[in-house]
Amino acid sequence: MRYLPLADSDRSEMLRAVGADSIDALFIDVPEGARLDGRIEGLADHASEMAVERELSALARRNLVAGDVPFFLGCGAYRHHIPASVDHLIQRGEFLTSYTPYQPEIAQGTLQALYEFQTQVARLFACDVANASMYDGSTACWEAIGMARRITRRGKAILSSGLHPHYVSVARTMARFTGDELVAALPSLEAEPDTAALLDSIDRETSCVVVQYPDILGRIGDLSELAERAHAAGALLVAVVTEPVALGLIKAPGEMGADIVVGEGQSIGVGLNFGGPYVGLFATRDKYVRQMPGRLAGETVDAEGQRGFVLTLSTREQHIRREKATSNICTNSGLCALAFSIHMTLLGEKGLRRMASLSHEKAVAASERLSRLPGVELVNDAFFNEFTLRLPKEARPVVRAMADRKLLGGVSLGRLYPGAEALANGLVVAVTETNTREDIEALASGLEEALA
Amino acid sequence: MSMNREGRPTRPEAGEGAAPATWTGNRALMLEEPLIFEMDEAQGCGVDFEDLGSPAEAGAHSDLAAGPRPSPGSSLAGLERDRPIGLPGLSEPQTVRHYTRLSRQNYAIDLGLFPLGSCTMKHNPRLCEKMARLPGFADIHPLQPGDTVQGAFELIARLAGWLVKLTGMHSVAMSPKAGAHGELCGLLAIRAALEARGDAREVVLVPESAHGTNPATAAFVGYRVESIPADARGRVDLAALKARLGPDVAAVMITNPNTCGLFEPDMIAISEAVHSAGGLVYCDGANFNAIVGRVRPGDLGIDAMHINLHKTFSTPHGGGGPGAGPVVFSEALTPFAPLPFVEKQGDHYVLVEEETAGEHHGQSFGRMVAFHGQMGMFSRALAYILSHGADGLRAVSGDAVLNANYVLRQLEDVLDAPFGASGPCMHEALFSDKGFAEGLSTLDLAKGLIDEGFHPMTMYFPLVVHGAMLIEPTETESKAALDQFIGAVRSVAERARAGDESLKAAPRFAPRRRLDETLAARKPVLAWKDPPQAQAAE
Repeated sequence: MRYLPLADSDRSEMLRAVGADSIDALFIDVPEGARLDGRIEGLADHASEMAVERELSALARRNLVAGDVPFFLGCGAYRHHIPASVDHLIQRGEFLTSYTPYQPEIAQGTLQALYEFQTQVARLFACDVANASMYDGSTACWEAIGMARRITRRGKAILSSGLHPHYVSVARTMARFTGDELVAALPSLEAEPDTAALLDSIDRETSCVVVQYPDILGRIGDLSELAERAHAAGALLVAVVTEPVALGLIKAPGEMGADIVVGEGQSIGVGLNFGGPYVGLFATRDKYVRQMPGRLAGETVDAEGQRGFVLTLSTREQHIRREKATSNICTNSGLCALAFSIHMTLLGEKGLRRMASLSHEKAVAASERLSRLPGVELVNDAFFNEFTLRLPKEARPVVRAMADRKLLGGVSLGRLYPGAEALANGLVVAVTETNTREDIEALASGLEEALA
Repeated sequence: MSMNREGRPTRPEAGEGAAPATWTGNRALMLEEPLIFEMDEAQGCGVDFEDLGSPAEAGAHSDLAAGPRPSPGSSLAGLERDRPIGLPGLSEPQTVRHYTRLSRQNYAIDLGLFPLGSCTMKHNPRLCEKMARLPGFADIHPLQPGDTVQGAFELIARLAGWLVKLTGMHSVAMSPKAGAHGELCGLLAIRAALEARGDAREVVLVPESAHGTNPATAAFVGYRVESIPADARGRVDLAALKARLGPDVAAVMITNPNTCGLFEPDMIAISEAVHSAGGLVYCDGANFNAIVGRVRPGDLGIDAMHINLHKTFSTPHGGGGPGAGPVVFSEALTPFAPLPFVEKQGDHYVLVEEETAGEHHGQSFGRMVAFHGQMGMFSRALAYILSHGADGLRAVSGDAVLNANYVLRQLEDVLDAPFGASGPCMHEALFSDKGFAEGLSTLDLAKGLIDEGFHPMTMYFPLVVHGAMLIEPTETESKAALDQFIGAVRSVAERARAGDESLKAAPRFAPRRRLDETLAARKPVLAWKDPPQAQAAE
């Protein structure tokens, strides 16, 4: 067995040293009836790399790979180009096979990288401080709602109808047990985000308003008025960014007054991965840092006065505070945060702006092309790289029909909001810098055929 | 002096005195590296892009607007950024060098034994990395139509099948993202099950030795946490537990093998007692590596247990994640498991979501994450299980336990082993700082080990032992590696017993000396701030 270095002679010698007759004898505390002496039913013995690779490759081949076809899916996961060096660097064993930096003297690499990541995220969101990552955007969103409850001591969160429905579901699941009240609604196929409705629903019991930017239909709107009204009522504004590339081109939520900005970092450095692992981004203002969940890397000095980094403010965390912690999170998404940070370093200000502009420009071209199709209507007035089309018929079968022709043409709102008839004809199309003119043409003709 | 023909000296000559400071601050291969925010040159970019091109370039079939290109910003509702973000950018060679230099300041399993107790830092097979990167797994979108991802669904279903089989449980929820998220999943199912039978209970019992995530999770779900003591042998005090059980106790959270590195021999009795008092049993499966292939939690009366794929099934720890924490359930809790999940219907795999849960899963407590789990970890874990097979997995737990016992017995004369007399340990060996000279503690031994070239063990955990040191060598260490580690610990432990004050100054040879954690917490500096522009005139 290639992963087990002990030889039988080692085992015998070590058993003698510990005074046991056999390895089985070391399991003496296990009640006899609970010991498995037989084989694991159905599981073959160990297999060569070749055999395992054959088996998994056969499964992989049965999936339609995004990079092989014209691809326009978004709704919380985006396909941007990831430079080859990102994956090379995160596979350095010193990053890949290290752990949470509990011993800072021999983990400065991870700690400095996390400190850089925190700074990049804080600047991107225009916040003061960001943590070292959460599991993903949906869990970061729930944690933000919980944090707003702790800060305001109020339990009513108003969720925008433009918040990703999975994020709403996660919040609902948690709220059922924590007793938080959630105000939520289905989106409607209108040009503008639901800012007006949100403004109306803020009251003195509101802990926070949670608004996605750009929203699930790709719409964008100014958050400043929401922030002002929330603050006037003693509530916080939580902004959720599922496509951080957008912030290379449009204003950051922090600039418009958001108190907590969370996001899904997957679109920078991480890749699609069929939904995970992803990386949750979490940023806020300095004054709320002690209510933040998750790990934080901070600057300090060593015994000789040299600058170094450590995990800090851990009195918020479960391993110190146990049941009084701000969150139960422990393992987060460190390696994905590193991938995000490396990709962001490769991009820099110029590259991020360029990637964002290209994504937007191509999305504008696609929206113009697609909205010329008979019966197809562009819902959005404004968008970054994702927009919603109203089709003349139900979108879900249209998406399937396009997939049958090896075209991944978007996400139907029927998939995200099953049973919501008013949304059934909606198709959300995401465009990135990876899409070519040919892709857009293929989508236009594929959609036209599927609608015929 | 020896020289070769070109006149180059080929033998070192004795130098004098202590090592001088270098101009760069570097020490040969130990290279100091600034923050990206401090690099004057960080105005560049390491990525080239391609724009849409003109229609002519795309061929005659293009029907895209032939007129002027859409102007960026025309559909941005006036929200264009008008201020710089402040993101430094580097070319590819600069980026590769920055992160390579940073990487070299980390200890890692690839460098040596990493005996962090309860973390299962074992070798990460590189085949698993390769498999996870197959485009058929890595480059597919979670919302693609089900027909286009049948292979991915099948992979999840196959892994789920093995997890259920290895644990002897009834079902598994694959979506939790890490161990603590798995605990949350388990407790949400428990709470949903109790509410469904109209039996709201308020208290969750957690042993003193539990991971901090256990009480944090129970509190997160709205329970009051009470702790139950350990007995003199490091096990849950069964009598104390029984005395506390009652109609207000929703669940007991047990780690088995426990964080003292011991199997709970009364586990079946514990489960029976909890069940007969109307409660449910949650097992923290962080230590499953000790028993995989040998003991099935389902045979111990457990109702829910998370499995850290990043521990037992060796998906990489990555400097703090990502992990994955699937939760196996008993039959009683299965109806309450979260959505979505993959199910085989005929010869087709489907994703059961809110829409399709319908009657056969209508009691689910709901969704706990966007999409459906850590696919990148699933492909690695399945590759791991298939690589090891039935014989290999049994050997994993056997060798892990043998290695830990070897460490326990080779060190118990120089380090106090509080439960050493209560028989063999499981996959980790627990020691305390009893016997160290006045003024020296576990922390000093740990920092001394760093100078010896090892990552220290888990320190000051579990809380039931003073100055705890929890050593988990794992099965992927050779006898020679263990012997070297044992020698190093013995040496440092003897210095600690003898009162060698120089240990207080350890580590001396790491990239940094001991770091001031108090300063970091008192005056938190959590993000880089550009220094104010230098004054022009002096």
